Amino acid sequence: MANENVIEVRGLRNAFGEQVIHDDLSLDVRRGEILGVVGGSGTGKSVLMRSIIGLQRPSAGHISVLGENLLDDDTSGDNGVRRRWGVLFQGGALFSTLTVAQNVQVPLREFYPHFSQQLLDEIAVTKILLSGLPAEAALKFPAELSGGMKKRAGLARALAMDPELLFLDEPTAGLDPIGAAKFDALTRELQKTLGLTVFLITHDLDSLHAICDRVAVIADRRVIAIGKIQELLKSKHPWIQEYFSGPRGRAANRGHTA
Amino acid sequence: MSDTPDFEFEDGKDGKPALILTGDLTIATIGDLDPRLRKLDSEISTVDLSNVGHVDTIGAWLIERTARENNAAIIHADSDTSKLLQRVAEQQIDEIPVAKELIPINRILSEIGESVTIAASTMLAFLGFIGQVVVAFFRVLVNPRHIRLNATVMRFEMVGIRALGIIGLMSFLIGIVIAQQGAIALQQFGAEVFTINLIGRLTFRELGVLMTAIMIAGRSGSAFAAQIGTMKITEEIDAMRTIGVSPIEALVLPRTLATILWMPLLGFYASIVAVVGGGLLCWVVLEIPPVTFIQRLREVTPITDFYVGLIKAPVFGAIIAMAGCFQGLRVKNNAEEVGLKTTAAVVQAIFLVIVLDAFFAVFFSSIGWD
Repeated sequence: MANENVIEVRGLRNAFGEQVIHDDLSLDVRRGEILGVVGGSGTGKSVLMRSIIGLQRPSAGHISVLGENLLDDDTSGDNGVRRRWGVLFQGGALFSTLTVAQNVQVPLREFYPHFSQQLLDEIAVTKILLSGLPAEAALKFPAELSGGMKKRAGLARALAMDPELLFLDEPTAGLDPIGAAKFDALTRELQKTLGLTVFLITHDLDSLHAICDRVAVIADRRVIAIGKIQELLKSKHPWIQEYFSGPRGRAANRGHTA
Repeated sequence: MSDTPDFEFEDGKDGKPALILTGDLTIATIGDLDPRLRKLDSEISTVDLSNVGHVDTIGAWLIERTARENNAAIIHADSDTSKLLQRVAEQQIDEIPVAKELIPINRILSEIGESVTIAASTMLAFLGFIGQVVVAFFRVLVNPRHIRLNATVMRFEMVGIRALGIIGLMSFLIGIVIAQQGAIALQQFGAEVFTINLIGRLTFRELGVLMTAIMIAGRSGSAFAAQIGTMKITEEIDAMRTIGVSPIEALVLPRTLATILWMPLLGFYASIVAVVGGGLLCWVVLEIPPVTFIQRLREVTPITDFYVGLIKAPVFGAIIAMAGCFQGLRVKNNAEEVGLKTTAAVVQAIFLVIVLDAFFAVFFSSIGWD
């Protein structure tokens, strides 16, 4: 079971008109790991995530998530998979007309309508505290939250269903370094206590060093390298060299090896 | 594979029974366990987890809550579960925040009070806004460099030219309806020739401009509110302000000027098309030939009717455009607000137009234009 793949992507091709984003991209995410996905802006990291969670239909390829093929015509099992994953979008994507607590309860109400309001409230507060927000935030509307709090509220909603698999799209972008470090620690802690598998898109070199078990690099429309950072540092690919050995990359590396 | 959770009691220490939980405690399996655990009738000394399978955070919360409420100890938890329990216990939920609900009578009273204050403050704010627009207008007049000519001309197309089709069709049909209903009523007295008076006076004086105003409020007033409201949410308006561009000058004035300029043109066009529709019906049904119809129309419709329509139209246009922009600028926070304010813009515009129309009617008759 240890090396079981939670996500398998094979020969993925995504194209918008003439513009090809992915071509013959393959990627495995193993159970229980935090996989960091990096790549320059516009290399299709978010498109890859959207393809995996079924928001973007690729023009070719095979994707299976938690053993379910989301691209075939049989949609009977799709909702079963949806209740086993949680997604945190870049901007939080909270429903703006609902309070934070109601946002967290949306997936619960959808899949478990028999839960009492009392239990729903308790679960919502548990998840809100779990994601590092104060309990008072439960009654606030998304517009009343700061950017960092929105991300945490989005995380609380992503965790509502106790998912096995968590997708995070640039969770630390736009957070101050202290907030980002806390978010990293939180992700790591949740991954350990809940046994999560995390698919993490990030630009944050510190996050990569701090919490990722493996890192996948997307360039030239494919995953050009995947492995521990130490292994990636040995790669000769110019983009990887520049990414990890540029001034910011070196600083982050020093910070975590010293 | 997954076991439905259940519980049973066993004799424990201190004469209180021990609660033995069995099965998987996860979100997907707990089913009715929550209400049953809430209704435990006997006190318990310990919660025994030795027969429990998989536990997730919701299961952990149930265990922790049951133990805490009964002052019971949790025993025989495996290492993963204890980690979860510890995490859940650390959170110290003293009180679940719940939105306060007022008793019905208080809620009704507070809602009435709120609506009254909102209506009053909205009206005041709208007056202030009209003042701002007027000030901006004169500032632009003094300093013509600030006129956004391109934006204004672009609004000409959106507000005016693209509305020609629908307003024409609407007015044509209204002309037919007036003529037809008038003919039926007047035929009883053998006075069907007065249908022409009805068509001429009604369309030029009232209906041409009024129906155009309602159509423009629905078509352009709502569009203004939605456009500006969305720009407010995406912080475009704030960006404008920080750059030093006044949103009133850049967004509100072009829309208002375009609507003020186009309302008389559209109102006149609507009246003419309505007269054509009415004339057509008179020709077909009442057998009044077009030449007679026009001749008679010129005799019975005073030129002041035409002036009345022409004077009212730009005022209505200004009200519609400013109500739309005003409501758009009041949008804040979320997407639902855009919808609410757009509705408010249309309702406010049509309401004000009709109120003003009543004032105009009294005013023009008292100066002898009847």
